[in-house]
Amino acid sequence: MPCGSWQDAARRVQNRCLGSPLGLGRSRRVDGESLLSRSHDAATGVGPITTQGFVAEVRRKLADALALLAGERPAKAFVGPDQKMGDIVLEARGIRKVFPGVVANDGVDLTVRAGEIHALLGENGAGKTTLVKILYGVYTPDEGEIMLGGQPVKIGSPRDARDLGIGMVHQHFMLSEPNTVAENVALGLPEGRMLFPEEEVRRRIQDFSGVYGLKVDPEAKVWQLSAGEKQKIEILKALLARARLLILDEPTAVLTPLETQELFAALRLMAQQGKAIIFITHKLEEVLSVADRVTVLRKGRVVGNVNTSETDRRQLANLMVGMDLVPSKKALAKPGEVVLEVAALSVIGDRGNEACRGISFSLGTGEILGVAGVAGNGQRELVEALAGIRRVASGCVRILGRDVTNHGPRAVANLGVAYIPEDRLGMGIVPDMTIKENLVLRKYWQPEFSRGMFLHESAVDVYAGEMIDAYEIMTPSSDTLSRKLSGGNIQRLILARETSGRPRLIIASHPTSGLDVKATSEIRAKLLRAADDGSAILLDSEDLEEIFELSDRIAVIVRGQFVGIVPRAEATLEKIGLLMGGATG
Amino acid sequence: MSPSARWLWMIPRISAQKRREPLTPKQSFVLMLSAIAVGIILGGLLFSLVGVSPLYAYGKILQGSFGSPQGWKEIWRKCIPLMMAGVGLVIAFKAVFWNIGAEGQMLVGAIGATWIALSFKQAPAWVLLPSMFGCGFALGAAFCVIPAILRSRFNVNEVITTLMLNYVAMQLVSYLIDGPWKGKTQHGYPYTDPFVEAARIPRIPGTFIHYPTLIIGVVACVLLYYFMKRTRAGYEIKVTGYSPRAAEYAGISYVKTLLVVALISGGLAGIAGVGEVAGVHGRLMYPYYISGGYGFTAIIVAWLARLHPAGVIVSSIFVSAVLVGGDAMRLRVPLASVNIFTGLILLMLVSTEILRTHYVKVTWGEPTRPS
Repeated sequence: MPCGSWQDAARRVQNRCLGSPLGLGRSRRVDGESLLSRSHDAATGVGPITTQGFVAEVRRKLADALALLAGERPAKAFVGPDQKMGDIVLEARGIRKVFPGVVANDGVDLTVRAGEIHALLGENGAGKTTLVKILYGVYTPDEGEIMLGGQPVKIGSPRDARDLGIGMVHQHFMLSEPNTVAENVALGLPEGRMLFPEEEVRRRIQDFSGVYGLKVDPEAKVWQLSAGEKQKIEILKALLARARLLILDEPTAVLTPLETQELFAALRLMAQQGKAIIFITHKLEEVLSVADRVTVLRKGRVVGNVNTSETDRRQLANLMVGMDLVPSKKALAKPGEVVLEVAALSVIGDRGNEACRGISFSLGTGEILGVAGVAGNGQRELVEALAGIRRVASGCVRILGRDVTNHGPRAVANLGVAYIPEDRLGMGIVPDMTIKENLVLRKYWQPEFSRGMFLHESAVDVYAGEMIDAYEIMTPSSDTLSRKLSGGNIQRLILARETSGRPRLIIASHPTSGLDVKATSEIRAKLLRAADDGSAILLDSEDLEEIFELSDRIAVIVRGQFVGIVPRAEATLEKIGLLMGGATG
Repeated sequence: MSPSARWLWMIPRISAQKRREPLTPKQSFVLMLSAIAVGIILGGLLFSLVGVSPLYAYGKILQGSFGSPQGWKEIWRKCIPLMMAGVGLVIAFKAVFWNIGAEGQMLVGAIGATWIALSFKQAPAWVLLPSMFGCGFALGAAFCVIPAILRSRFNVNEVITTLMLNYVAMQLVSYLIDGPWKGKTQHGYPYTDPFVEAARIPRIPGTFIHYPTLIIGVVACVLLYYFMKRTRAGYEIKVTGYSPRAAEYAGISYVKTLLVVALISGGLAGIAGVGEVAGVHGRLMYPYYISGGYGFTAIIVAWLARLHPAGVIVSSIFVSAVLVGGDAMRLRVPLASVNIFTGLILLMLVSTEILRTHYVKVTWGEPTRPS
């Protein structure tokens, strides 16, 4: 088995950290080859595989990955290999940014050091995203200055930012959907061959993603992937581009708890290598578990800047929302009349695989069924099939006693079924149409809003006005394009449209992912109230806390099958976690 | 970038960046005027190259278009098919159905009108003309429905199918005028017999302006504006175009929506063909004489109107004026240079469209980075 010792690898890492820029290119190539041959050997099973050998192999791979991360940029980059832990990498002073009608950032200061994971905590609309978009060159600040490695810089565009060694993982994916994972990653890399750069990248992804547990198939087309998998590519893209300062805008919003842990492990490794990491979130647990330091923003201003070792959940929550959190508790519902009945449902996924197999359950009035599972186990396909927008291969879906299998989304909606889709911007709303047009997207054909072939415009206007007031959608008018709304307000719009008419069944897919504490508790409260009013609710969520908080029963989905439906009274985190992990029960 | 490739930074880098707010209508208008000005300057250089004084050339062009009654007559005549086909394309493009086949749809519309005109010579005008328009509409629509079905049912790219069907329509016309419909009074030329008087669309005396078609065109633009704004079908077309996934979510049938779009788009192009054959020529002749590239130019008309149905009225008149201005030069300079001139003006207009929502940034040298 051709292999170097662990010491060799460590020396290589050291060399790379201290070595000259000219030496780097050479060692990179050598490493690439050795990595390739080794993984090839491992794959084909050449050579004796002993426990010792296996451990050494893992160590080597880890070391190589760290080496890739450590230093392959010319020394000109502001945080070179000579970057010392604790040095100030980025300093922003007095950042101010005004959008028409909104002060997004007002006198914001931010200091980030090498080797530090710095959390930016705040609600939606607190100005977190604006701040990092300024750092990444998407916006130019109206006032204030940015220093990188002690030097004032002007970051005019994301390209400048990348050249300066700043990487960003956006909240919404910046991926080319028709292309493969490898092609997308190749597109984001500064170097590479002119023709077919993805061939080399494919190998690097495999080596690299294995080490960090960010497993993706380099050959998969992006449009076939779940949100969680797309997020992994974004993270890999930034990792492979060897950014020195990595900004992650709510990276965990689409990740499962397990994936989140994997990401955090990767972030910690990067921080140990002297990278600076800015990490946007509104989840307190995440701040406390992974960040070293936290800056809290509220309404565009910095309201706190503390070390995580010196703070707790309560203090951070207070800083963020200015009030204590009150968790909502739900009394268990007595299942009433059956609303939704699913029998032996099988659904084909985008890749032609059988995404759901033989799923059966029923759901009664006032009942909330939580669907828990690791991303990409068939939840999306199940929910889409129930909502009528994905064809059912076999089995049957009955709503209120009516067979609606493959009757299409409108037949389902007409039975009083609300559907809150996972992909808000891509499916839940039409960003280029106005708020009032979006508010009737799933009801414009009903007699209330139509007059023959015409839309009943005054009725739409009145309805839109009522909804904007009742659901507190923050907008100047109902004629505003809905693309201008913030994430929380977009979800309020969808909720207003879907749940206002006392639906019999609500299919909610990731209803609070990426939303702030206030919007989240507001939306959960609305779902609970709907259940109290007699709606049956199917809740597909990757937030286990949410599932435990809301559900009467919890169904666990693994590889397209329900492996168990557990009443909440009997459910524990361990039990559900074990089921999600594939244990039978 | 490796150190040895440092020199690459010396190449100026041009990038378009999104404006926070798109230009106001006033600024857009100034932008449009500047685009035309640049086109005129480049055109002037071109005319100097072929040995004609630019001042003389532009004098003639102005005189030949806006500057003379003859020019105005031509502008109105040419704007009719552009308006008709253009507004149909606006609807198709709104649904992101890239109909490049207006040319062919015009031709089959013309075939439909000719068939009625040649078959029912005894019928009075009030029967003949509406049925000619109806038949033209139906054939044009049918010709557009084929790619729409292929697109919505089998996901066949409509750019290819609509484009290819243009050639089918051209060959069909060529076959008819040199075969079954070849006129007995045409001394062997490949034309049909002239239409009877009742099968001709009335014109404003002394011009080729077949005003009933013009009125239909203007009415179509206004009606389609309200159609897109007020009706459920218009709403469905917009949702389908902006976000196919959201349309699926709303239960909007892609097949039905595309059918409606194809009917409107192809049908109006068909009517444009009826107007040309029954309003201008009075008989079916060489395909190029009938459609004359209007079906392709209508794409530019639709874009310049920014996919606004009522805006087509203005943009069709404008594009028509550019074409007429070019025609006025034909006898004085080489034909090709006139075509290049009209092309230049339209290219400038279309290519500056992006500046409404983006600004262009030129960067030079290495990005600022502290050592």
